[in-house]
Formats: sequence, C-alpha cells, structure tokens
Amino acid sequence: MAKDNDTKFEAALKDLAGTGPGKRQMPGPGVQTEAVDAHPSVDALKATFGDAVLRHEQHAGDEHVVFVDPERLREIMAWLKDEPAQHYDLLKDVTCVDYGGGRPIQVVYELWSIEHRRQLRVKVELPVDALDVESVTPLWATANWHEREAYDMFGVQFRNHPDLRRILMPENYEEGYPLRKDFPLRGRFSRAEQTRRALALDLEDYYLPEELEVKEQKGGTTPEPGAERALPETAGQPGGARSVPGSEAQAGEGE
Amino acid sequence: MSTRTVEYTVSSNPEMGMDGRPVASPVFPVGMEPDFQGEHMLINIGPQHPATHGVLRLVLELDGETVVKCTPHIGYLHSSFEKLGEYRGWNQIIPLTDRMDYLAPLIYNVAYAAAVEKLMGIEITERCKVVRVMLMELDRIFSHLIWIGTTAIDIGAFTVFLWTFEERERIYNLHEALTGARITTSATRIGGMMADLPPGFTEAVQHFVDTLPKTLDEVDALLRNNNLWVGRNLDIGVISAEDAVNHGLTGPNLRASGVPYDVRKDRPYYDYETYDFDVPVGENGDCYDRYLVRMEEMRQSLRILQQTLDRLPDGPINVDNPRVILPSKTDCMSDMESMIHHFKVVMEGIPAPVGESWFGVESSKGELGMYVVSDGGSKPVRWRVRGPSFVNISTLPKLVEGHLVADVIATNASLDIVLGEIDR
Repeated sequence: MAKDNDTKFEAALKDLAGTGPGKRQMPGPGVQTEAVDAHPSVDALKATFGDAVLRHEQHAGDEHVVFVDPERLREIMAWLKDEPAQHYDLLKDVTCVDYGGGRPIQVVYELWSIEHRRQLRVKVELPVDALDVESVTPLWATANWHEREAYDMFGVQFRNHPDLRRILMPENYEEGYPLRKDFPLRGRFSRAEQTRRALALDLEDYYLPEELEVKEQKGGTTPEPGAERALPETAGQPGGARSVPGSEAQAGEGE
Repeated sequence: MSTRTVEYTVSSNPEMGMDGRPVASPVFPVGMEPDFQGEHMLINIGPQHPATHGVLRLVLELDGETVVKCTPHIGYLHSSFEKLGEYRGWNQIIPLTDRMDYLAPLIYNVAYAAAVEKLMGIEITERCKVVRVMLMELDRIFSHLIWIGTTAIDIGAFTVFLWTFEERERIYNLHEALTGARITTSATRIGGMMADLPPGFTEAVQHFVDTLPKTLDEVDALLRNNNLWVGRNLDIGVISAEDAVNHGLTGPNLRASGVPYDVRKDRPYYDYETYDFDVPVGENGDCYDRYLVRMEEMRQSLRILQQTLDRLPDGPINVDNPRVILPSKTDCMSDMESMIHHFKVVMEGIPAPVGESWFGVESSKGELGMYVVSDGGSKPVRWRVRGPSFVNISTLPKLVEGHLVADVIATNASLDIVLGEIDR
C-alpha cells in the first residue's frame, strides 16, 4: 500500500514538472505560424515582393501579422496604401515591442482598409544596435506623432522623418528610452538627481530652437545676460533628426 | 447627415478684407504705428489654461492675429502607464485604464478587458456582453455631454455647461452605484465584471434614457441656430475626408468629414451588429458638423441603451473559468479547490498564451485600440494604448495654421481631447 502511494506521488511530481509560475500555459488561440488562414493582402504581397515578405503569423484567432524586410518597408507600405485591391488608407497605430534580452525590437504598423474592411499588421524586426528604419510619414500624416513616440520611448530612428524629436518626455531628457526592457521602472537617475536637473532648467529649455529663432528675429528681447546657453546643434544632422541633446555639454551647466 | 439646417448666417465681418483675411484694426494713434511688418510673435496657450482642457501647451507663432505655426507640446501629464503595465498582472492593469480617459472610464475598462479576453480566447457570457454595451453607451453619452459643456464654455456660452453637468451627475451616480467610484470605475475584470448590476440599476438607466432627450433638445435649441455658436463654428477647422483619413482621425471627427467609419459597424464586437442604430455622418468636416454628429450620436446611444435594457438576459455575469475568475468568498471558506484556485489566481496571476491582440473599440473620441503582447507569463510584455485623443490633437496644427487665434480655441475644443490619455 505504501509503495502504491509512492508511485502515485512520483507520477504526480512528474505531472508538475512542467508547471510552476511562468510555465503554466493558458489554453487559448495563441500564435499560428503554420497552417495560417489565407489573407488576400499577404498572398498578394508575397506574389509582388517575394523574399521581402519574411513571415506570416496569425494571432488571437483572426489577426494577421506579416513580417517584412526593413529595407523594403517603405516600398511595401506605399504599395499597400496605393494599390486599389489593398487600399489600406487608415494607419491606426505605429508602435514598438521590446522583448528584452537583446532580442530584436519590433516596429508594429497596424493597418486598416476602410473600403475593404480588412486588417493587416505589418512588422519589421530591428537589431538593438541598428535601430533605424524608413519613416512612413510621407504616406500617412498620422505616422508623424506615432513615430515620434516610438523614437521617444524606444530610440528607433526613423529616416526622413520631418520632425523627429521627443514627444512625451522632455526634449532634454537624458536617461534613455523608457519603454526598453533594460530601463528600470524608476528611471536611471536618483530622485535627487532628477530634481536637481528639473530645477536647473532654463526658460529656453521649454521652447524649440525654431521657436526661439522667432524670438531672436523680433530683436529687443534677448535672453538675459549670463544665460548664454548654447542650443543643441541640430541643423547638421541627417534628416533633421535630433538625438538626445548632448549630455556632457548640458549636464555640467546647472552647477 | 442631411439635417444641416442653419437658419442664421453670420453677418459679414467689417474687419474682414475682400480676400477673407483679416484687416488689421489700428491700435496705435495714427502716425505712430510701429513697423510690425514681417515680425512674428510667439504666444503660449497653456499648459494651464481653461481652454486647453488639461495640461496641453500650444506655442503659436502669430503674424498679427493669424496663426503661422502651431506646435502642441504634450507630455506634462505623462504617467508612464504603459511601462507600469509591464510590471503588473493582467487584472491589475484595469485601474490604470480608467485613469487615462477619466471622461469615459468604462469604455477604457471594457476595451482593455476585451483585448485580453481575445488574447486568452475567453468568450464572455451573454449577460456580460449586454452589460458592457450598456456601460459603454452610457459613457459615450457621459463623455459627449462634457464635451458639449466645455466647448460651449470655450466659445462663451455658460448655461449649456450647467445643464450637461446636471445630466452627467446622474451618470456619476450610476457609476457609483455600480462600482463605488464616480470616476475611477475599474469595473471590468478579465472574464467578466467586478460585480453584477446592483438592484435598481436598470430602472435608473431606464429613467435616464427617458429623460435625457428633453435636455438634449434644450441644449440643441440653445446652440443649433445660435448666431454666436454658428459664427464661431461654421466653416472653422475644416478638414477634408481624405486628409482626415490620412491624419488618422477616427470617431466623430472623421465622421464629421463624411467618412462613415465606425468600429461598431465595420468590425463589430459584442454583437453590435444586432443592435439597431444609425451612424451620423457630417458633410463639411468643420467644427459645426462635429457638433451635429456628436449630438446625434448621443440620441443613437440612447437607442442602443433602450435595446440593451430590453434584451438584458439573466444568467451569470462572469465566465465559469476558475483560472481567470476568483471564486466567491463563501466557496473559498468551504471548498478546498476553490481556495486553491483563489490562491493561484492571486499569487501567480492569470497566465496568457503566447501571442498578441490588437482590439479596437469605438470610444467616445474615436477608435481606441488596446494592443497587448504576451510571452506566456502572467504579465504583459507590452501593453500599448492607441488613444484617439493623441491622434486628434496631432491634427490641430493642420486645422489651425493660417486661421485666426480665436479659431484655435474653437477648433481645439471641437476635437474632443483628454490629456490623461494623450500623455498616458
């Protein structure tokens, strides 16, 4: 009898081996990578762009995700927007997903065709050390702010973006990109350091350089003496993109 | 919508030149005018200004009274909700959602729960579906009422604000009866609701449905043909249908431009296809059409509310799935299995399958998308909110550049934004 109980116990242990927090799996639709339902746009994409279409997945039942080559993203998106049979005229969202651990960061484009009532999610995967991709702002004006947010939160550089600068975080935020997985929840600087920096801000920090030019042009009201604070040099950078303002130049200034 | 009946027209403005541009009126004694030719002025609206509806800051570059450039500066209310969400279990995120759009909290609660349920493949009960539709339509009216009140204040009409707030107070009371909170409702749970409808709730909603049209008619009577209201709104902040789609506008703002896109019709959820309601569509895409569309939307929401009251089925509000729903306290105390389930759900959270889901609902301000990504754990890898207000405010420069500074106020008000969700 005792032996019987032992074997039962061992069998139970064996059953438990694959479980535990994080390993317990919820039944659900999950991801289908094989046996994906046909999606008219994905089939047409494959026929037109061939190798540039990398993967096709189906998520949560009916959401189609297609991974494409980052180098040809702009071309593919233009085709999806302008081809009459596709006509994805509404770009609902541009965002990023970081899985952490040095895995590539995904840039996600959620598309919707009002005419055909069809959804398609286009993704590109970018290695963490080469986060740049062509901007789609020339195609959809709405991408402007979404891409700025993706840049602000993940540090993805969008080439040929008309106005790539931080949007939610302040322009002179120097702690990095908050939504990356390696960014600690409370920020990189201590609370004291964050307060010190906030107090050291100049009036000019609240304006864009272009806006200050307007002020200069008016004459008369120059910044008060002693506040000759160099504006971040931005003009020379490609695509008008501005990186986080130089940390060395500004960090010491408040003291 | 072809019910555009404007009986009053704006009298011609003597300060407006033949080319439609304003003629500068003399403010300096003759002979002493300083030469302002070609000089631009920089002016800040906000971050603390009643007409910015929160902590929005607009930097306007003005040539005289004409806006040359408008730059919205946002982020003053950034609370990092999306980052916080990555450190919380699926159910613990729900309180964050209603703090985004505090003008229509239940819509955000429902949208988030729906996205996670889709990711997990949970089919909620029939009663829960109808209840959620009822709550969402209530909050659509809730949000539109404050929109019309605050917009009227921005334009200069005070009475409307008092009348709509009186009506809102009744919805606040309904929130309170249902959840105990008036703004931060947190009413949904994954797989159901925090609680079933309290006794007397449906009767209260029925009373609301019966009596709101009178207030709507009164508000409409004050505004629709009001000379000031028409003058400040008609042909102001115009955006064409093509531009509106290109700028990603959704909801009433898009429909005012003549595009009949409504998530409830185009990608129905919660059996919206079985409800009988119309989608009002404007023609000109100006502030006045946005007003007309929202007024009509409230009436349509009342129709949907009436149908939810008529069809509200009996039955459980939560799914019968101990993996996601906490067992009742009585069961916990008397039944071993229930206690284990309770322990597991509380301590380990609800695991979601690997995958992702982007769920769009028609919020009061446009399409609200909840994007949840899971790697199989009990916390999301990424939780993203595609907020309609964020997109709405991004179109403001396009709408106001080249127009007068007073139109900035009217246009900004007509877009219907809430800063909690823009800054997140």
